[in-house]
Amino acid sequence: MDSKLSKKHQLQQELYRRFAQNEVKPIARDMDEKEEYSLELLEKMQKCGFLGIPYSKDYGGAGSDTLSYVLCMEELAKVDASTALTISVHTSLCCWCIDSFGTEEQKEKYLRPLVSGKKVGCYSLTEPNAGSDASAQQMKAVLDGDSYVLNGAKVFTTNSGFADIFVIFAMTDKSKGTRGITAFIMERGSEGLLVSDNIPRMGMRAASNCVVTLDNVRLPEANRLGREGDGFKIAMKGLEGGRIGIGAQAVGIAQGALDETISYVKKRKQFGRPISAFQNTQFKIAEMQTKIDAARLMVWRAAEAKDNHEPYGTEAAMCKLYASEVANDVTRECVQLLGGYGYTREFPVERMMRDAKITEIYEGTSEIMKMIISGAMKIK
Amino acid sequence: MSENIFVVVEQRQGYIQKVGMELLGEAKKLAADLGQKVVAVLMGSGVEDKAFMLFHYGADQVVLVDNLMLKLYVTEPYAKALTAVIREYDPQIVLFGATSIGRDLAPRVAARIHTGLTADCTGLAIDPETKLLQMTRPAFGGNLMATIVCSEHRPQMATVRPGVMKMAAYDSSKTGEIITLDVQFAPEDMNVEILEIAQDDKKGVDISEAKVLVSGGRGVGGPEGYDPLRELAEVLGGEVASSRVGVNNGWIESNRLVGLTGKTVHPQLYIACGISGAIQHLAGMEESDFILAINRDAEAPIMDLADLGVVGDVKVLVPKLAEAIKQYKSKKLVE
Amino acid sequence: MKIAVCIKQVPDTTEVRVDPETNRLIREGVPSIINPDDKSGLETALRVKDTMGAVVTAVCMGPLQAEVALREALAMGCDEAVLISGREFGGSDTYATATILAAALQQLGFDLIITGREAIDGNTAQVGPQIAERLNIPQVSYVEDIQVESEHLIVKRMFEDCYQRIKVRMPCLITALAELAQPRYMTVRGIEDAYNAEIKMLAFDDLKDDLNPDSIGLKGSPTRVIRSFTKQAKGQGKKLTGMDVDEAVASIILTLEEHNII
Repeated sequence: MDSKLSKKHQLQQELYRRFAQNEVKPIARDMDEKEEYSLELLEKMQKCGFLGIPYSKDYGGAGSDTLSYVLCMEELAKVDASTALTISVHTSLCCWCIDSFGTEEQKEKYLRPLVSGKKVGCYSLTEPNAGSDASAQQMKAVLDGDSYVLNGAKVFTTNSGFADIFVIFAMTDKSKGTRGITAFIMERGSEGLLVSDNIPRMGMRAASNCVVTLDNVRLPEANRLGREGDGFKIAMKGLEGGRIGIGAQAVGIAQGALDETISYVKKRKQFGRPISAFQNTQFKIAEMQTKIDAARLMVWRAAEAKDNHEPYGTEAAMCKLYASEVANDVTRECVQLLGGYGYTREFPVERMMRDAKITEIYEGTSEIMKMIISGAMKIK
Repeated sequence: MSENIFVVVEQRQGYIQKVGMELLGEAKKLAADLGQKVVAVLMGSGVEDKAFMLFHYGADQVVLVDNLMLKLYVTEPYAKALTAVIREYDPQIVLFGATSIGRDLAPRVAARIHTGLTADCTGLAIDPETKLLQMTRPAFGGNLMATIVCSEHRPQMATVRPGVMKMAAYDSSKTGEIITLDVQFAPEDMNVEILEIAQDDKKGVDISEAKVLVSGGRGVGGPEGYDPLRELAEVLGGEVASSRVGVNNGWIESNRLVGLTGKTVHPQLYIACGISGAIQHLAGMEESDFILAINRDAEAPIMDLADLGVVGDVKVLVPKLAEAIKQYKSKKLVE
Repeated sequence: MKIAVCIKQVPDTTEVRVDPETNRLIREGVPSIINPDDKSGLETALRVKDTMGAVVTAVCMGPLQAEVALREALAMGCDEAVLISGREFGGSDTYATATILAAALQQLGFDLIITGREAIDGNTAQVGPQIAERLNIPQVSYVEDIQVESEHLIVKRMFEDCYQRIKVRMPCLITALAELAQPRYMTVRGIEDAYNAEIKMLAFDDLKDDLNPDSIGLKGSPTRVIRSFTKQAKGQGKKLTGMDVDEAVASIILTLEEHNII
């Protein structure tokens, strides 16, 4: 693995960095305070091709790779974790499932507008009673003639407040357990689809995250993604890639917090000198940067494995496990270094600390990550 | 043998631009070092009556090119006229104001004559040994100063920004020769067509565009406290800004907030009135070229950052300062 | 319609700092960018391309690493990119630079040339007008607005306090202000395509038929730098205490005058 980026990736990283600094950073605090994502910002990102980075030009995507996508996630997360999340769910979960398991017709109809920046997607798996135990799906899909009728509720569906296209999972045959779950593609505006307001959360408050209720929603067979019973496999494979994006997001949150802190400690004077002059500060910063660098390399390793069509599930789980831990440690320490001011909402580090927590929970909790890793190591 | 220092004196709508006078003052000093004369070049249409005052500001001679083609500034007719002047009189040095006209005309003429041009000079001097014009100017966005010479080619040309050089003392008794040069123009010289001339419409307030900001903090005391700041801003051609206190208390509009959650500004002059200098505020203005801080507290953090810190009461100092600057500027005004 | 946009790769001078200990410019780690006025020129050309079709060529004279600037121009949407590079060109002042660019532009062909008003490192604002002179075409500088018609342009030419609306026939050259157009971002796909595209290289040999070797490089430059120095680093300024109001006011005015602020 090359720890240096190619010239092409460097230029892409420069694009992501400039956009994040100029377009996202100035409104991040506002979006968090208002708990509302800016659709204007989303449109700008669509125009630049941020919503289809690793997808083929044949479908209108940017034709780039996972590494580029991961660079985008980090630069955006440095200034606003919610923005990175919005792109991540769309790209790694919704688009990926359709790209990998969709028919040609489905890709033309749904993938193309998603990756070419016309529509936004989301991924609806988690239910009130199915979190880590994703197999306990209660949403039902019953075949009626040539359509499925779906009933049930999903919770914590990111982007659902404005997404055009949903990849949604439902139980078609309870007797088969996980092999009885099926994946579907659903459009916004389907009769019987109800999306709640944003669920009030500790962090990622700008991101859309709602309860999605289906009351006799009819989806034609053509909207079934993959075969009946493939749903769980599709969902889990999607999450594998999603973890690489979340790992990058966590690295970004940590680096962004550290960068703000470094700037602050050079200016803040106490006891007659800038607090950067104290060894305690210097050591803490050294430790934090080392951890962030390590987490970043783990994310790049997983991204490269995926781009090389090698297995990446374990690498992805490891990078998410570690990066999310680093993000939480680093942001907490950064608030500490900023002291009282770090606790105010005027400085961004308190938001970063609130945002960091969920990275240890969503798309597979840290505990699930450990199950995956020890499973791969065959520790029984 | 190239001789004399020519100053291209800009006129717009018949009004001599102040920068021309400033350059005559500078040219006078350079001419003394060289033992040569200062020649003002005036181009326009119906501007002969303006030529006389150029002697009062230091010109020994005036070369006048008066033609209908030169009524409004268009590159080619002016380039043709100035080239004719230079070829006719073979000056040692030609100076221009670095204005939107000077920076359009000078390079074109320099290329036509095939000589060197140094732009935006902040310092001019004659090297005592080589007798060359040493032209000093900022580069790298102002982070570096460079001294440049044009050793082989003549004339040595330079543009100078308005407000950099000082006018010579006004001498109403001085007169001199006005030489008219008749330049032959062809209709093709007017190679563009002017469709419209208009005043520029004023844009909405954006404090990040202002060259001068007069900013108020806790020390202004209340909404009326910003009035003297507005006066001072007006006299300096700037805008009013504020730290968090004023905005939070509703003393002033929030789009004037400078700081971490407001705007980041880098004006030429930032006057911090009654602002203590919390980190959040400094983050928004520390890149200003010149920071003047007025505060009752000598130990306020802003005093460490300011180029000039004045310990005093904002409510007393600011009105007096506004008045004094108004007087200073009216003395400097030229008819 | 063929539009050539001259761009320069410059250090981001807003990021340049003076080392307070050595008083020298810290050049390492300063990012290189497309000169802002030039970028606005690129955007202007691309808008013409979007609305009425045009072939936009980005032209850059510089060392080999300037190719990154051209990749960026391609990623923004330019059709072609040309890098003029060679030992013989080094040390050129604005006159020599304009001579070289004019020779290249003559070869490439154009209806409209757009240059930026000034570069943020050299700050001379000369190359544009000097290219126009060498090519013997009309120039309009300080352009803030442009409309393209079939054979001519209608541009808004800014002065300090007013503006002219001017009609100028092509071929011609305009110099763009950063205010002319807010430059678009590159797109991710644009960068992928940019690194698959070929940048046309022009070296001295390619231009020598149109270039007099005496008019380029250090030799062809009428001006040269004899000295460069940094300004004094900004330390703590003066503090005035214990003065009465009038004294203080007079002191302030004196200081502002010294610094050429009033």
